Amino acid sequence: MKPQPVLSVGANAKALRKDAQRERLLLFGLSFPALLIVLLVIVVPVGWLFWLSLFNDAGVLSTYNYSRMLESKSYLRIFKTTFNVSFLTTLICVLIGYPLAYFLSQISRRWAALGLIAVLLPFWTSLLVRTYAWLVVLQRKGLVNQWGIELGWWETPLRLVHNLNGTLIGMVHIMLPFLVLPLYGSMRSIDFDYIKAAANLGANPTKAFWYVFFPLSLPGLLAGITVVFVLCLGFFVTPAVLGGGKVIMVSMKIETLIDLFFNFGTASALGVVLLVLTLGVLFIAHKLVSLDKVLGSGDGV
Amino acid sequence: MNWFQRPASETQITHGGRLWLYAVGVLVLAFLIIPTLIVIPMSFSESQYLEFPPRVWAVRWYENYFGSVEWMTATWVSIKAAFWTVLVTTPIATMAAYGLYVSNIRAARLVFVLLITPMMVPVVLIAIGVFFAYTRLKLNNTMLGLVLAHSVLALPMALIVISAGLRSYDMNQERVARSLGASRMKAFLVVTLPQIRFSVITGALLAFIVSFDEVIVALFISGGDMSTITRSMFLALRDQIDPTIASISTVMILITTTVFLLAQVLGKSKKVGK
Repeated sequence: MKPQPVLSVGANAKALRKDAQRERLLLFGLSFPALLIVLLVIVVPVGWLFWLSLFNDAGVLSTYNYSRMLESKSYLRIFKTTFNVSFLTTLICVLIGYPLAYFLSQISRRWAALGLIAVLLPFWTSLLVRTYAWLVVLQRKGLVNQWGIELGWWETPLRLVHNLNGTLIGMVHIMLPFLVLPLYGSMRSIDFDYIKAAANLGANPTKAFWYVFFPLSLPGLLAGITVVFVLCLGFFVTPAVLGGGKVIMVSMKIETLIDLFFNFGTASALGVVLLVLTLGVLFIAHKLVSLDKVLGSGDGV
Repeated sequence: MNWFQRPASETQITHGGRLWLYAVGVLVLAFLIIPTLIVIPMSFSESQYLEFPPRVWAVRWYENYFGSVEWMTATWVSIKAAFWTVLVTTPIATMAAYGLYVSNIRAARLVFVLLITPMMVPVVLIAIGVFFAYTRLKLNNTMLGLVLAHSVLALPMALIVISAGLRSYDMNQERVARSLGASRMKAFLVVTLPQIRFSVITGALLAFIVSFDEVIVALFISGGDMSTITRSMFLALRDQIDPTIASISTVMILITTTVFLLAQVLGKSKKVGK
């Protein structure tokens, strides 16, 4: 709300302005309960963990927990795995999600609504339920192996689960809606007159797509990629269940450190690095597209 | 001219030339939907291996689920926690969304970003932080602790949805009410709230889902009699493939789908009302 003109003229202007200012602060205070629980449950505990990560096992201030990460091969491998899995998941999501979003944006809105239900249904189904479904479908005697052997595609059961394959299949399934939904939204908002103009000026459909449509869809694609990549970095449930202990991601290592060794120092240091990486990716994405779009909180949206 | 030769868009591409796109689109949709729904028929299989299609249909795994005290306790803990999370999150998210939108001071933008941080911080970091703090506060394995943590996780979604609702609402209506003598509180409750109620309801339902589906924080801070259904499922899954979980999954799909259909139905009446 802009200050009303009545506040800037007349004898009471000053008092009125002051009153308006006071009321705004009062209204601002309505956000304090929310702020309080975020401070209590997120900011203070995470800050505390950061503080803990600065001490070594003997309780002396040191960078031991961080330098260990750089020196130890096992920690480096965990970070490498996390990056690889996140990268591959994002890549596969783009490769199959882009055609899906494009398909949905090109058919009539009525059919697209039907398709979107198919995208939203897994989106609102519990992640654990879907991970379990994949475990059942992909196991040795599961549906995929059973059918593949019956159809003669392969002879011995393929190892589809409890390894990287299973992790990637499960994660792509869970992340795909996060890519398709923003991408579809941005594709629908592209003015199709541009593509028509390109066609009118002699571009064949392929050229019109690559030179006009694709560049216009990039902001939506980038927003989707950012969300997927960031969520992958901190992923826990699906790799823990479908990876069978062979795919160790950072978040799983953190859980083990607490659960088995009660080692808050090292776990916190890992968590802090994970947080910094996450914020780093968000920051880079923010430089490329408006972060509001990524987080879906934009003023313009 | 048959369908294949007809242009699919105004760039002279035909439906025939687009066949591959339609095929890929439908395949990816199938990839999304089939594994989500396949546990439903499988849960009615007699066999330990959950055949599809089941050779012998049975409700054996449902009997296992509904007959087990542990699974039932965990289910009720999850439902209770989700209800309490809705009751905590909805009012504070509505207050924050309204306060930040109307006060329009510079700090509001900063506070908004701070309030949606739970969405950006890796959940596992939140989980160990909360676990660490709760150990000192003796809040582990309590409903209060669980609800508090889930409310924070649900806050960003609710806040974003309700803020979006407020942005599409014409604030002048509230000003009219106030110039006619209503207090700010009354103007909000009588004029504004009824008009943004659909985003508030959507925010509340999202909060329910966030809490009901949450695994990682519950894994750390709940246990024993306060174990949530997702925590018990996760621990069971790590050890072996228990077919009982197929029946639990079906029930969970039923619950979340009901909640989302509710959101859809309530959201629809908005358009009719306008």
